[in-house]
Amino acid sequence: MRAPMSDIPIAFEAVSVRAREVTILDHITLTFAAGAPSVLIGPNGSGKTTLLRLAMGLIAPSSGRVTWGGREVSPPLHRAITFQRPAMLRRSTAGNISYALAAAGVARSARRARVTELMALVGLSGLGDRPARRLSGGEQQRLALARALAREPDVLFLDEPTASLDPAATKAIEDIVRAVSARGIKVVMSTHDLGQAKRLGGDIVLLHRGRIVEQASADAFFDNPQTEEARRFCAGELLI
Amino acid sequence: MPDNTSALQLVLSGDPALYAIVSLSLIVSLSAVLIAAVIGVPFGALMALTRFRGREAIIVALNALMGLPPVVVGLAVYLALSRSGPLGSWGLLFTPQAMVIAQTILIAPIIAALTRQTIEDLWTEYREELAAMDVGALGRVATLVWDGRFSLVTALLAGFGRAAAEVGAIIIVGGNIEGFTRTMTTAIALETSKGDLPLAVGLGIVLITIVVIINALAWGLRRTGERLAG
Repeated sequence: MRAPMSDIPIAFEAVSVRAREVTILDHITLTFAAGAPSVLIGPNGSGKTTLLRLAMGLIAPSSGRVTWGGREVSPPLHRAITFQRPAMLRRSTAGNISYALAAAGVARSARRARVTELMALVGLSGLGDRPARRLSGGEQQRLALARALAREPDVLFLDEPTASLDPAATKAIEDIVRAVSARGIKVVMSTHDLGQAKRLGGDIVLLHRGRIVEQASADAFFDNPQTEEARRFCAGELLI
Repeated sequence: MPDNTSALQLVLSGDPALYAIVSLSLIVSLSAVLIAAVIGVPFGALMALTRFRGREAIIVALNALMGLPPVVVGLAVYLALSRSGPLGSWGLLFTPQAMVIAQTILIAPIIAALTRQTIEDLWTEYREELAAMDVGALGRVATLVWDGRFSLVTALLAGFGRAAAEVGAIIIVGGNIEGFTRTMTTAIALETSKGDLPLAVGLGIVLITIVVIINALAWGLRRTGERLAG
């Protein structure tokens, strides 16, 4: 039903982003196709967040072009994103999800059932009345995921969804990501966590200083890295 | 007014002169808050959400205007409304309307500046999420005003507190005419200089009570806001 208007694949063609003198992304050519999650890895400042914002359509490239399903202009109707530090609306947990549903055009009468469903999906059942800003960091990330999923996206961008979360909270997020991916939603996420990239990644994109250093399927990337940077990264060395 | 009446008796016995003064004070200040809100809230929201050359200067001016000396506002409004002034034909000098005008000028900057701060802080926090949710311009403003509603009401209460407590502007443009433009603050100033201390103290008690109630309301609202929204 939605297929003819799908945002997938998302294609970057020679995309650069510059802010004044600084080049944040340099000549990125890349395609996110349907399938297992794509994982962006690389040190801080390597351009992961900027790449996700471009793919979401929140910013425009300085040069080059981004297309969604072949279209250069595509409002973010079937895309959703969670930010590294998601902003919690000053409302209850259920209120946050309900807001996202309303913004996605879900009729008022259908919202309540969807809120319950989404809260169950991300493991927040029973916390509906809690002010969102009083939730723990892990719970806030899961609420952000529920808000994103409220849009019924074809593609879901996650910007370091488990940064500064403990192992249990990280596992909760990873379980949701697997479930989401199994439903056929394309996941594109960034992470610092090499183990997480191994656990979730279908394909890996290593960014360093705004360039793509290496791009490969997860198995190939971790078993047989082609570049010096990737070898060092996989060996757990600090890539600066 | 008998000299031996105590201030408390005046307040508790429902002295009609005293209550006329109290009610005029409330009507003038509440009207000023209402008008200042209609002007200040949209203006503050506009300043928070738009970017243009000179915006910073307007914000600095707005913040400076929060500390406008009431007597200077009174003087300016007096000059504008006096017979030879540009608005002299309105015949408003020494009327409650003139007092409302003066107080509106006094508190509209407060309401606008606090609104701008509230909306801008929220906007900084929300903008990317709302952009990602594809919320349109009207929806954004509605969301920011709704989520900032407790702070916005606090801004109105701050405006009311300033209006109810000031004497400098209304004594100049109202003239402190008994039974017509005499408010709590102007009456206290007059009665003290006349030596009728019971009435002055009685009005002082009422005024302090009102200010305390306003602050309690503001506090309660803030707490409610925190409880509901975190």
